[in-house]
Amino acid sequence: MTAALKVLAPGLHTTVQDLGRPGYQAIGVPVSGALDGFSLRLANALVGNFSGSPALEILLSGPTLEVAADTVRVALAGTGASLEIGAEKPRVIGAGQSLTLPRGEVFQIVPGEQSACCYLAAEGGIAVPLVLGSASTYVRAAIGGIEGRALRRGDVVPLGVACASARAELRLPSPPPPAGEHPIRVVLGPQQEYFTAEAVATLLGSEFRVSPAADRMGMRLDGPPLRHRHGWDIVSDAIATGAIQVPGSGQPILLLADHQTTGGYPKIATVVSADLPVVGRRRPGDALRFVAITVETAEALCRDAERRLVELVAALEAVPQRNGIDLGSLYGGNLISGVVSGFE
Amino acid sequence: MKVRFLAAGDRALVVEFGDRIDRALSAEVLRLHASLRSSGLVETVPSFRSLMVHYDPLVTTGTALEHAISILLDREPGSRSTGTLWRVPVCYDGEFAPDLAEVGRLTGLSPGEVVALHSATRYHIYMLGFLPGFPYMGDLPARLALPRRADPRVRVPTGSIAIATTLTAIYPYESPGGWHLIGATPIRLFDPERAQPALFTPGDAVQCEPVDAVAFASIKTAVDNGSYQIASEPIAG
Repeated sequence: MTAALKVLAPGLHTTVQDLGRPGYQAIGVPVSGALDGFSLRLANALVGNFSGSPALEILLSGPTLEVAADTVRVALAGTGASLEIGAEKPRVIGAGQSLTLPRGEVFQIVPGEQSACCYLAAEGGIAVPLVLGSASTYVRAAIGGIEGRALRRGDVVPLGVACASARAELRLPSPPPPAGEHPIRVVLGPQQEYFTAEAVATLLGSEFRVSPAADRMGMRLDGPPLRHRHGWDIVSDAIATGAIQVPGSGQPILLLADHQTTGGYPKIATVVSADLPVVGRRRPGDALRFVAITVETAEALCRDAERRLVELVAALEAVPQRNGIDLGSLYGGNLISGVVSGFE
Repeated sequence: MKVRFLAAGDRALVVEFGDRIDRALSAEVLRLHASLRSSGLVETVPSFRSLMVHYDPLVTTGTALEHAISILLDREPGSRSTGTLWRVPVCYDGEFAPDLAEVGRLTGLSPGEVVALHSATRYHIYMLGFLPGFPYMGDLPARLALPRRADPRVRVPTGSIAIATTLTAIYPYESPGGWHLIGATPIRLFDPERAQPALFTPGDAVQCEPVDAVAFASIKTAVDNGSYQIASEPIAG
């Protein structure tokens, strides 16, 4: 029997994502992938997966899922998110630890108040066919994930392994530190010369808010308009994720994972890669401030962020077993079914 | 070769050859796109007048790439790139060409003259973007140059042949769009299941071959059952 998670309720916009499909932007295919790659990789580490294995990205409201496998080991990552297990008097398990669930168990994912997205990883990964080397869902061209779209009620999300492996559950040794309120770091350009000096000062000196017009392609920012020096039409060129483009209205748009590969508006600045997960977590209404740094500093921050993730994963600890019996290992090791099946 | 290097964050670098849509600039962009190899380079994305170089800051730096690119550009240009000329069947009739009459009115040409001009020109594919497989092609005959529609459509059908400014394009997917629709093709521009998902590559050329609605329908049937082979031939770049 195929191992899967059955979708009882889909949530607002739940998609299969991995770290994206680089390599095809020259033919117009966006990279896509997790908005918060840091949390995707952490969730995968908690269930023992490769870092970039396909997982579920949950935006703003979470799905309700039923286990349709002998057992499945899952973990959630995302600030303040939790799993509610069982229909009546649900058990609540916070993000940042793995647990193993038996067949028929129903659980709901409840994203935190502080973050737009969270990630559910399952041991063995979400086993959808790769499209152009990636499982990431890109809805606009209907590729990747489950039929190239967000989950619907009744979907069956295939799992990479039939049951959980026999080993201890893992957890973060301490809850992750609360997200700091540091300004989002940007590198100015590539087209800051299309803007007045006042526009650059406004970008770096004002507070912006994520407007309700936010999705995986990008988020419009409400705030003081950013004025162009002369015209706002440029000869279309390629776009990097994190670019802050400014159309004629002067209202900036911060471009995220599913952004078009090319575009014809000037980009005043680009969010540095170390802060892309931070931006990806922002919800409509959240405030954003920006500060400019050099490319060299941004590259060093990228290396620091990678080192921090590696250290975090290395520090994951085994969850102490209750009553000396680890039900997860028991199920996972197939001992119960082995005994009761009587084939030996 | 004089270029400008512009930072696009800490994972991408823009190599800008100029600031306009121009065949000579495009040739430079595509030559660098074809020849750049460097450790830490993730992918390169050509556009009309610049090349975006995506890199991994865990492996290399923007400064190191600038240096490598400068050395490459200072060398004598190598052999010219080659490409493919694609003969694209296009029906310019009736329902396939909702804006043909208006384009005629705005340009002072008859619909037949618009079709004759559009299909007599061999177009250069500058770049793909906007949607997977969407080609930006040019240059249009000067008499067909028009601004974008004041009122963009919410729904442009798959396969639409469109014109705006000095360019022409084909929509690989149904999408919103602001260009003038003067025809349609039944061929499939993008299919992730193919070994080469996008039919066209930047640097290729396209010639539109007028067909009637009956031929359109029979080509579409052949495309749908996988038996259609589009006519093409190699060209010198």
